[in-house]
Amino acid sequence: MPNLPMSLVFFMLIGTSLFFYFYSKNNILKKAAFVGQRSKALPSHYGQQSFLWAFIPSTIILLFLTVGGPNYIDQLFYDKIQESNPKLNQSFVSLILAKVINVSNGKIATDDEKILTLASDYKAAIDQLYFYRGLVVILCAALVGMFVSSLQSPRANARENVEKFIINIFFVSAVIAIFTTVAIILSLLFEALRFFSLYNFFDFLFGLHWAPNVAIRSDQVAAAGSFGMIPVLVGTLLISFIAMCVAIPIGLFSAIYLAEFASPRTRDFVKPTLEILAGIPTVVYGYFAALTAAPFFREIGFSLGLDVSSESALAAGAVMGIMIIPFISSLSDDVIRAVPQSLRDGSMGLGATKAETIYNVVLPAAIPGLVGAVLLAVSRAIGETMIVVMAAGLSASLTVNPLDSVTTVTVQIVSLLTGDTEFDDIKTLSAFGLGLALFFFTLLLNIFALSISRRLAERYD
Amino acid sequence: MIRKNIRSRRARETRLKIYGISSICFALIMLATLLISIGLNGYSALQQAYFKVDISVNTEKFVDERDFLNNKKMNLFNWDGLVQSALREFFPEVKERDEKKELFAIISANAGYDLKEIVKKKALGSGSHTLSVWLHLSDDADQYLKGRLSIDIPEEDRRINNKQIAWVNSLVERDIAKLKFNKAFFTSADSREPESAGILGSVVGSALTLFVTVMFALPLAIMASIYLEYFAKPGRITDFIEVNINNLAAVPSIVFGLLGLSVFLSTFGLPRSAPLVGGLVLGLMTLPTIIIASRASIRSIPPSIREAALGLGASKMQAAMHHVLPLAAPGILTGTIIGMAQALGETAPLLMIGMVAFIIDIPTTFTSSATAMPVQIYMWSDSAERAFYERSSLAILFLVAFLISMNLLAVILRKKFEKKW
Repeated sequence: MPNLPMSLVFFMLIGTSLFFYFYSKNNILKKAAFVGQRSKALPSHYGQQSFLWAFIPSTIILLFLTVGGPNYIDQLFYDKIQESNPKLNQSFVSLILAKVINVSNGKIATDDEKILTLASDYKAAIDQLYFYRGLVVILCAALVGMFVSSLQSPRANARENVEKFIINIFFVSAVIAIFTTVAIILSLLFEALRFFSLYNFFDFLFGLHWAPNVAIRSDQVAAAGSFGMIPVLVGTLLISFIAMCVAIPIGLFSAIYLAEFASPRTRDFVKPTLEILAGIPTVVYGYFAALTAAPFFREIGFSLGLDVSSESALAAGAVMGIMIIPFISSLSDDVIRAVPQSLRDGSMGLGATKAETIYNVVLPAAIPGLVGAVLLAVSRAIGETMIVVMAAGLSASLTVNPLDSVTTVTVQIVSLLTGDTEFDDIKTLSAFGLGLALFFFTLLLNIFALSISRRLAERYD
Repeated sequence: MIRKNIRSRRARETRLKIYGISSICFALIMLATLLISIGLNGYSALQQAYFKVDISVNTEKFVDERDFLNNKKMNLFNWDGLVQSALREFFPEVKERDEKKELFAIISANAGYDLKEIVKKKALGSGSHTLSVWLHLSDDADQYLKGRLSIDIPEEDRRINNKQIAWVNSLVERDIAKLKFNKAFFTSADSREPESAGILGSVVGSALTLFVTVMFALPLAIMASIYLEYFAKPGRITDFIEVNINNLAAVPSIVFGLLGLSVFLSTFGLPRSAPLVGGLVLGLMTLPTIIIASRASIRSIPPSIREAALGLGASKMQAAMHHVLPLAAPGILTGTIIGMAQALGETAPLLMIGMVAFIIDIPTTFTSSATAMPVQIYMWSDSAERAFYERSSLAILFLVAFLISMNLLAVILRKKFEKKW
């Protein structure tokens, strides 16, 4: 069977659709000449109509077959393997299936006869699928294209039809934002519910002990893992709190200075420079925290006679605070500048100094926006991953001592999900439980922050 | 009394100013510290310790009937032995087994492989050849030559012992070993040996990923913002879309990684570690950023342009696509560049979808296993060898330089195309 890869099918699809574009464009002129009047829309609109109808539905079919087809074949072979060896447990069957797939595309070699036959069957099935995928897609494009272009009449306004079609596509792209949110909630919820069927929900929410080490094989003796998220949550809040202690004062004072005192020239220099700080990838801050800041704090602690952990919450939090400074300063700068000039003029006119105006008039007026900015920053600190993965610890100890090593929600998610883990494992599933908690926590903060800021914007409009 | 009062009021103002200036200075000093400390860590990775050996190799063993070098035959040959015997010629006094082992530890474990690649590249004909080649010293010898390994600590705690130091020094004195430009860093992919590890694999991986991100996010963002600006009827659905976009912009990036893991990998069965999946996840993540920027850009086009087009009989779609969109394009482009810079520096979601694997091949397609630059930085800074730290730092310098130039480009474009209507 001829080999038809995705890219080839896609180019053939574009070719077919383009053919109908030009075909309809010419055809409508002939039809118009035949009935003896000008077509209602430009010839290219009829071309576009045929193109869209030939292209879009076939692309959807192509994507569907590309994603769903191999999955279906995998399922068929999974059942086949299980049928021939009914005693094997599920994970072993998936292992064999993975081996068959890898042998069939030549990634690994084997001498096992059974696997070799399965692999050649598998390859044949996939080739067949790809061949029929190509056939179905091109046929669909050709049939629909022919159908649409033969129905086109110079009296029908193709432009309206095309525009309606395009507006619908636009609508779908706008709705993707909703789809994404829904997909996030559903996928997190689905996996988290599977976790809660294995582990009590309230033990997860209020448990004081987090130790996700469970037996890898069922015959292995190991302590049953415990998944109480309180220590992890406390660690997250501790590091975020330290970050806020650094970021809020520095960010706010920078913003006040930039908005109220700085000359335009200083502003033009400082603002972009602070934006550089915002543009540095978090992995770089993580590197800095782990290799420069943590040893630095450790040295200082040592010289003061304190025992500072090499993965102290202080180092991770302080560096995270530096990362968040530009975030707070630029948001607060916008908020402060949004306070109407008339308020300042009124205050100054009554004889107040600039500082008094700022403290007594500008800041109180800007408070909702500032609170919003701070809340957004908190949500950012809680969801920040790389700094804590690189600079904070892995073991969950229930402490609020900033010199100790603590762990965070994001660190746990990363450590539970990287490396070779099985998807149905309770450890893997617990990561989704944490993910769900993280998502809802940040979602609440975001919604609250956005609604506060919006209220401010409305007040002075 | 009043004068005294005024003085204290003025002092308050000065204090506020000082707070502001010192906060800004603190932030700028931190930026400088960050960049300088990484720069100081990383500049030395631009060089690598090499040693020169003259090797005589008889290619008759590897050529096939048509006088071409045969890969299979070459792979079977003991290249390491060739390099090692060449090295032993410099130190004839080394005879014992353990001592030999120590001697061979000062050269790269990949030296034999590198030699094979050099011979392959030269495409020598059949016969006996003498080559003078520069090969890598081991990472410990390299770090010692750069002065990054302190030799004050006791010998048994060091990664390089006194004997090996003496050998390296003697090579340097005889002008056989020296620091040269580190070519491998720019031309190879990851490796277990720091001296042969490079960033090219991850750069290509990042490029493939970003390509998917742009192709996915930009068209969607443009279509969504035109819809929301011109076609959406005010109502509950439109409000809901807007709330969603604003919220998605603030969702932690790792959550998008979880989404990718459970939807793209386990439901759709797309391959792990692939730039395709990475690009889609980063595309979903940057989509809100680009939509918000595009909408702002479309809104800044004066309504008169659109009204003029409508007045001359253009349809709403024609007015939007033919008149507003071209004028809004620079702004959309700026927003896209900023979104891409954000996506390029993002690490956490890529960890979730398995782009954190150790990959020695340079990726070639959108579905081959790959890693990305920030992930490479993360992996290197996690490894035990000191030599990986400096490579990590140098990779950071390149990444940050690239990101800053992307952002500068965005600023310049904005300045250039900014129009006062």
